[in-house]
Amino acid sequence: MTLISEQQLPIIVKRLAQQILETYPGLSNAVIVGLQPRGVYLSDRIVAALHQELPAEQVIYGKLDITFYRDDIRRELHLATQTDLPFSIEGKTVILIDDVLFTGRTIRAALDALLAFGRPSKVALCVLVDRKPSRELPIQPDFSGKEMDTLTPYKVKVRWKENDGVDDVILLGE
Amino acid sequence: MALSTKHLLGIKDLSTEDIQLILSTAGQFKEVLQRPVKKVPTLRDVTIVNLFYENSTRTRISFELAERRLSADVVNFTVSSSSAAKGETLLDTVNNILSMKVDMVVMRHSASGAPHYLAKHIDAAIINAGDGINEHPTQALLDAFSMQEKFGSLKGLKVAILGDIMHSRVALSNIYLLKKMGAEVMVSGPPTLIPTYLQEAMDIKVEYNIDKALAWCDVANVLRIQLERQNQPLFSSLREYNLAYGITMDRLDKLNKEIVIMHPGPINRGVEMDSDVANSSHSIILDQVENGVAVRMACLYLLTGRSNPA
Repeated sequence: MTLISEQQLPIIVKRLAQQILETYPGLSNAVIVGLQPRGVYLSDRIVAALHQELPAEQVIYGKLDITFYRDDIRRELHLATQTDLPFSIEGKTVILIDDVLFTGRTIRAALDALLAFGRPSKVALCVLVDRKPSRELPIQPDFSGKEMDTLTPYKVKVRWKENDGVDDVILLGE
Repeated sequence: MALSTKHLLGIKDLSTEDIQLILSTAGQFKEVLQRPVKKVPTLRDVTIVNLFYENSTRTRISFELAERRLSADVVNFTVSSSSAAKGETLLDTVNNILSMKVDMVVMRHSASGAPHYLAKHIDAAIINAGDGINEHPTQALLDAFSMQEKFGSLKGLKVAILGDIMHSRVALSNIYLLKKMGAEVMVSGPPTLIPTYLQEAMDIKVEYNIDKALAWCDVANVLRIQLERQNQPLFSSLREYNLAYGITMDRLDKLNKEIVIMHPGPINRGVEMDSDVANSSHSIILDQVENGVAVRMACLYLLTGRSNPA
């Protein structure tokens, strides 16, 4: 089943970018951090949308890998990808971006990982899909593209042109 | 994707994919080590014992730092202050330590094959930190990482390993690794310090003239003369060794190209390498040491995942 179609996805991305700008006008004192590996596809799009509204130097953008902060190393070995945060987050508002918010464990790890780089004044969370009923930790998004309100056993797969040949969100395993 | 092996006993047992996985993971850990907070909580429920039956400064500090940066609990064991001095066997010592719930063993031993023997008898993951004159896998991995960082790739790279090849576990691990990764390898040194059948056995070049070896290579990995393993005279004097085989500025100046100088340490300055070479811009010796921590973090991380299947 298609959750977000190829037509809807760019509209949702644009809306997320606008909501971020409404909350943090001009992104003053705010930075964007995409979560590796798959959150970065979304953050790339959102940053591109932000560039339409703001001069490039006002959009500070980094990527964060959280592999070494995960709580499941004994269950499954994950391979790390590149972390690239070439700026200070001390005292800043950090807007974390990921594709799907599921159990909340990735974001828990991301918060830990972020603190290794400094002490942000605030951390906000932006996701494309919020699987609210599946949450295992008290973590909620500040911006979400689509909220799922039923508990499903299916996997939510976000597909991106760069990697999967198509832009959409589908339910797998139906 | 994971390592194909449960222990890290030698480069001989690793596949090309294993080596690539370790080197790329080490790259991520090198970035971690540049952060304001250099510690990650990855191995916070893992206990590691460092069993050093032989002296070491660099390797031991490097392993301990790698373990602590990963938040593992670390226990150190030195033979001089242990029950091994009272006659306990290696297996008894290790089994006693493991019964106190230790997950991983990092071992250096003067007997070649000691970690392989342990691996047959115990469940915990074992990392070989040097066994006799056999292998020193993490040294070869950090050498490879440093070369890859400098040159981008190991494929087709001309690496000369110079000096005491016969008694060097660093040489053997490096030869295995470089061959697997597609580099060209030459060894050079006095004939008495190069095993007779090495050329045929390992399919590498052997050159007894050090100047020719330097002229051929992109990288010279210079090894220490291991006097502690030589129970008969294999060359006439240290001074004569320096004259005939030592890496001096004169020798490097005579080349019409820049080569990179490496050394696994500890350096005997004025013997296999002169001070001004070790301190020069040719040398990446301190980069090797820095990279050692990241490479060992990668090995520990990848082996922890392996040793505890869900």
